[in-house]
Amino acid sequence: MTFGVVLRDITKSFGPTPVLRGVSLDIAEGEFLTLLGPSGCGKSTLLRIVAGLETQDVGTVSIGGRPVDALRPKQRDVAMVFQSYALYPHMTVGQNLALPLRMRRLSKLQRLPLLGRVLPGTRALAGTIARDVAQTAAALEIDHLLERKPGQLSGGQRQRVAVGRAMVRQPEVFLMDEPLSNLDAKLRVAMRAEIKDLHRRLGVTFVYVTHDQAEAMTLSDRVAVMLEGELLQVARPRDIYADPEDRRVAEFVGSPKINLIEGRVREAGAVDVAGTTFHLDTGLGRGKAVTLGLRPEAFGAAERAGPGVITGAVRLLEHLGSDLYAHVDVPGQQAPLIARLPAEDDAGPANGGTLHLRPRLDHVLLFAPDGRRLRPAQARRIMPLPLREPA
Amino acid sequence: MAVDFASWRRSETAPCPSGGAQARKQALAEALAAGLLAGPAVLLLLALFLLPVLAVFVIAVTDWQFGARSLSFVGLKNFAELFADPVFRRSLVNTVLYVCIVVPATVGLGLLIALLIESGPRLRAFYRAIHFLPYMATLAAMAIAWEALLHPTIGIVNQTLASLGLPTPNWLRDENTVLPVLAVIGIWQGLGFAMVLFLAGLKAIPVDLYDAAEVDGADATLDRLRVVTLPMLGPVMMFVVIVTALRAFEVFDTVKILTQGGPAKASEVLLHTLYVESFEFLRTGYGAAVTVVFLFIVVALTLLQARILDRRVHYS
Repeated sequence: MTFGVVLRDITKSFGPTPVLRGVSLDIAEGEFLTLLGPSGCGKSTLLRIVAGLETQDVGTVSIGGRPVDALRPKQRDVAMVFQSYALYPHMTVGQNLALPLRMRRLSKLQRLPLLGRVLPGTRALAGTIARDVAQTAAALEIDHLLERKPGQLSGGQRQRVAVGRAMVRQPEVFLMDEPLSNLDAKLRVAMRAEIKDLHRRLGVTFVYVTHDQAEAMTLSDRVAVMLEGELLQVARPRDIYADPEDRRVAEFVGSPKINLIEGRVREAGAVDVAGTTFHLDTGLGRGKAVTLGLRPEAFGAAERAGPGVITGAVRLLEHLGSDLYAHVDVPGQQAPLIARLPAEDDAGPANGGTLHLRPRLDHVLLFAPDGRRLRPAQARRIMPLPLREPA
Repeated sequence: MAVDFASWRRSETAPCPSGGAQARKQALAEALAAGLLAGPAVLLLLALFLLPVLAVFVIAVTDWQFGARSLSFVGLKNFAELFADPVFRRSLVNTVLYVCIVVPATVGLGLLIALLIESGPRLRAFYRAIHFLPYMATLAAMAIAWEALLHPTIGIVNQTLASLGLPTPNWLRDENTVLPVLAVIGIWQGLGFAMVLFLAGLKAIPVDLYDAAEVDGADATLDRLRVVTLPMLGPVMMFVVIVTALRAFEVFDTVKILTQGGPAKASEVLLHTLYVESFEFLRTGYGAAVTVVFLFIVVALTLLQARILDRRVHYS
């Protein structure tokens, strides 16, 4: 496999604050990789290091098999789309798109305002630039906007222009720093599909930074979850959701959040949890603490209390049309459990009423007290569950 | 501040379903409140600005002398005399020359210093302060300090030049050097003001734009300036140019204290001519005519600059 971008032990501090703590990551050529994490986790800094806008303290970056640490951004053959779009407000859309090409193809003299035009070769080059700009604009359906200034465009149009400016010089790697977060929710979904489509058409490497898990899950070939300057897990979107390596990954991905319930091993194959006992193999010794992670969809309703059934009082019911989320107060639990139940169930729970929940044991994720995922030999499960938009 | 009077009036007179009389009463109260709030400022503007200007226009067409009990209408005689007067013409040319030296130099150096301060993280506050100090100081007092520096024999400037074996002109008494020297003092004084405004303007440029320019290949200093900095500084630039030009047209303190327009009218400038005619020769009518010309130039210049620059300046 050829690698588009290879990061080795990237470390970066701003003053005394460590931002990246030894991040290593191989991104395949043509892959769509998303750096996902909450704000301040270092994902944007990592992207800026790939772009060459920031310099790492330690570590190396290679793009297309060649080390680029000593190269300036323009020599790295990367293009970047910024969260703010960073369009030049005084230039028309056409001039914005042409700038990267002018900077690359025209010499310093040829770029001069008046003299440049009469120099030999400028006219021919300007022609090719205009042609490439027109082609890109047509591909993004912004050709009717070329004469306008960015200030006269809507958010979605600006976003397209920003993508166009990155696309026009056909870079090896596309870097995108939260490109959709300034758009409203509806447009964001539409532009998401367009970015996915763009990646398919161009077939080049995309590195995409976002804190929005829906974007990460829908767009990516692989997702790299970052927290506090560390990569916690790099995997396909559905593995990130169904098979997290770390409690923090499980907590960050999924909406509503995963339910985490503290339990204690009673004996081999039995765990005491929330007033009941589950038959679970943890691989831990008697008396050890263990955390059970249960996605909201991992619950089924039970008729009555008993072993393997969690009983609690319904605090809140959220009808979302297709689903019903029940927030259930369970004795001994700080936060209420959130369970997804079928919405069409008319004889469902009532506010304040008692609800019996039977977790599907093959869906339980086990975490050690330090957050590490526990994988006892028997506990193997895949959850083929649909992803959903955050409510 | 732009106030949308049209829509304000519309809302004021909009028909109110709950009773027209009450709405009218409320509108009246609002108008009264508006008048009361704007009143003091309007009165001051009238008393201190508009009425004096009107008075100047009236006096300019009379032969009034300061303190005289009578005056008579003379039409445009003052203006005719003015434009025939070689001293006035010299004064006009000198003022224009002075402005042509001071404005580009102040704007250019102010921008340069602002860029230098912004580019290095060290001692920013210190550099900002020392460049802004001349602007804070009283120009009259500073003029005297400059006089000492430029003294033909014991001034530090000429002593330095002499020790280097260079010619030592009598800066303020030489027809060829006096205007440039006054311009240098003007630049020195206005530099800090331009610099502070440019610093504020530079701070307002989004860092993302520089990053984008760097990725796009515009990472050389001149390219950055041309692609990002200068266009984004457009509005600030317009303001600095206008204010610096207006201040340069008003040059007076240094001339009055250092040269009194000499030698041989080589440093005679409009405001000094105006002052001398009005308050030393007491030819107030003639002085008022000079004022009218001065006002005309300043207003025309402001309008012209605003027009030209507005078209080329991007407001985001």
